[in-house]
Amino acid sequence: MSDNKTNTPLVEIKNLKKYFDINTGMFTSKPLKAVDDVSFTINKGETLGLVGESGCGKSTVGRTILQLYKPTAGEVIYDGKLLKSKADIAEYRKKSTMVFQDPYSSLNPRMTVSDIIAEPLDIHKMYKNEEERKEKVLQLLSKVGLNSEHAARYAHEFSGGQRQRIGIARALAINPEFIVCDEPVSALDVSIQAQVINMFSEFQQELGLTYLFIAHDLLVVRHISNRIAVMYLGKLVELTDAATIYEHPLHPYSKALMSAVPLPDPKIARLNNRIPLSGDIPSPLNAPSGCPFRTRCEYACERCAEEMPEFREVEKGHFVACHRVEEIN
Amino acid sequence: MSLLEVKNLQTSFFTDAGEVKAVNGISFNLERGKVLGIVGESGSGKSVTAYSIMQILASTGKIVGGSIKLDGEELVGAGEKTMRKVRGNKISIIFQDPMTSLNPTHTIGHQIMEAIVLHTDRNKKEAYNRAVEMLRLVNINEPEKRMKQYPHELSGGMRQRVVIAMALACEPDILIADEPTTALDVTIQAQILDLMTSLQKELGMAIIMITHDLGVVAQLCDEVIVMYAGSICEQGSADEIFYNPRHEYTKGLMNSIPTTNTFGQKLRPITGTPIDLLNMPEGCPFAPRCDAAMKICIKSRAEHMLINEDHMAACWMNVKKGIEEGTIEISEKNNEEEEN
Repeated sequence: MSDNKTNTPLVEIKNLKKYFDINTGMFTSKPLKAVDDVSFTINKGETLGLVGESGCGKSTVGRTILQLYKPTAGEVIYDGKLLKSKADIAEYRKKSTMVFQDPYSSLNPRMTVSDIIAEPLDIHKMYKNEEERKEKVLQLLSKVGLNSEHAARYAHEFSGGQRQRIGIARALAINPEFIVCDEPVSALDVSIQAQVINMFSEFQQELGLTYLFIAHDLLVVRHISNRIAVMYLGKLVELTDAATIYEHPLHPYSKALMSAVPLPDPKIARLNNRIPLSGDIPSPLNAPSGCPFRTRCEYACERCAEEMPEFREVEKGHFVACHRVEEIN
Repeated sequence: MSLLEVKNLQTSFFTDAGEVKAVNGISFNLERGKVLGIVGESGSGKSVTAYSIMQILASTGKIVGGSIKLDGEELVGAGEKTMRKVRGNKISIIFQDPMTSLNPTHTIGHQIMEAIVLHTDRNKKEAYNRAVEMLRLVNINEPEKRMKQYPHELSGGMRQRVVIAMALACEPDILIADEPTTALDVTIQAQILDLMTSLQKELGMAIIMITHDLGVVAQLCDEVIVMYAGSICEQGSADEIFYNPRHEYTKGLMNSIPTTNTFGQKLRPITGTPIDLLNMPEGCPFAPRCDAAMKICIKSRAEHMLINEDHMAACWMNVKKGIEEGTIEISEKNNEEEEN
């Protein structure tokens, strides 16, 4: 959710690929194409939602953009500058950061909260003396709704929601411009989830942050995002405005995905307008030829098995990767 | 007589820090062939309620009071011998994580047949046929092949189908589903929920659906129970709970979920964090987080009040509303509360 949204690109991803080598025997290995030729742009001040089912590569996209994984191929352009050398990446790391899904495993149990929050500051040497470090930590704590007495405690003394607040404080420590939020609310209870979502919105307004918001809860993504990208088996299948993707999805997979969301409204739920999707997502090690979705798609034809559909702009700002998109809509 | 009658059930865990009243006096009935949803956040006691019915509590947990009647037969204190005949036979349970509820060292077939051989007088051959039939019923392709496979060879959605097949093999009267789709993706969740709905219609069993997802409740349930801190705050038909919530906690829950048209708006979360079950307040357990809390809420717990024939809520706000609308007479006792 952002009113500060601009049309200047902050992060541009071009043909990003990330393959992992999986051992299939003692001496043989096979590439697992976790992210396969993905391109998109995130504008300054906007929230781009990235949705898809488990194993589709959405978290890998987030991590590769942040250069936590070295991309197999492709370019990441940040603020008009191509990330190439180590120095570029070091500079980039002072502006970009991440909030993780699991507030339990992402905080070191042996460190105090104050050390956890100050760690990015330590690494980037962003304070002059001990006094300033302490002051910054206290500022960050109060920003996320915790207080100074929490600073000396350890992570296990906090509830899930409070831990996620600590994770957010750590992310904000370096005054970032760009934050990758990887399922930041999915481990939280509904009432706490709403508190954290509101916090993300407030910080975006206040600090002009840009988010890549990765989640599988489609209602949460809809609530917070300006635009939404849908991934399937390492590829983008659709990208458009958040409202359009719900009301007027074009790709058969997005249609099924959107219709599967259980809405908290019994009258709508009973209508059961779902588009059923049979079977499971194929293993990325044995991805189907051509369009990755064809094995589960009711519109699949011969051409779908032969060539990978191009990710093209069908309507203004509405990208879809489907050969038959015009016919079926 | 209802199929399952739970009256004033109290389950506590005895820990080093003291007694944790995980379920604190709840009552409800489950009718044959109905789907009852139990919603609540973590620690609200929804799973403990299910485990109490099945009597599969951890060793520190104990049912300390109340009664659970299945078809008129008392289960509390009935002993392990009776419970063994009930579990898997009359009442089945499926859990959140299908991987941990299947044994990784046995084949799928072995695990489904186990329940059948144990509870019916079918021989091994007949049990095998029944197991294959069950796998087919839950839409698993090539069931004969799957019978020989191990759990790790199946995907998450398929495993949950196997668990459902296993739970339904003995045609139970009640199926308890404890967050059955939480670990699954949305499209797989939709498949499983559709499967449960169609099986429920076909086999006519009753389902107790335990979940934190109000969307799942809206889709599946006839009746809904909302739990907070071990107590029921509101109970009624799904339509009543969703369109006419009468407990401040239920209202808070409804407001904190994003919907398709909340973009650009602030969500209205419930403030604070759930209460510590070791230090339960005297009054309404939700009062410390409730924006509308009055003095009386902190002092005493509201009784369950009948809103209409299929709706009950335990919230003083309803009494306040009743007094304002003149539907409740102000007696001596209520005077004090009106001043607040």
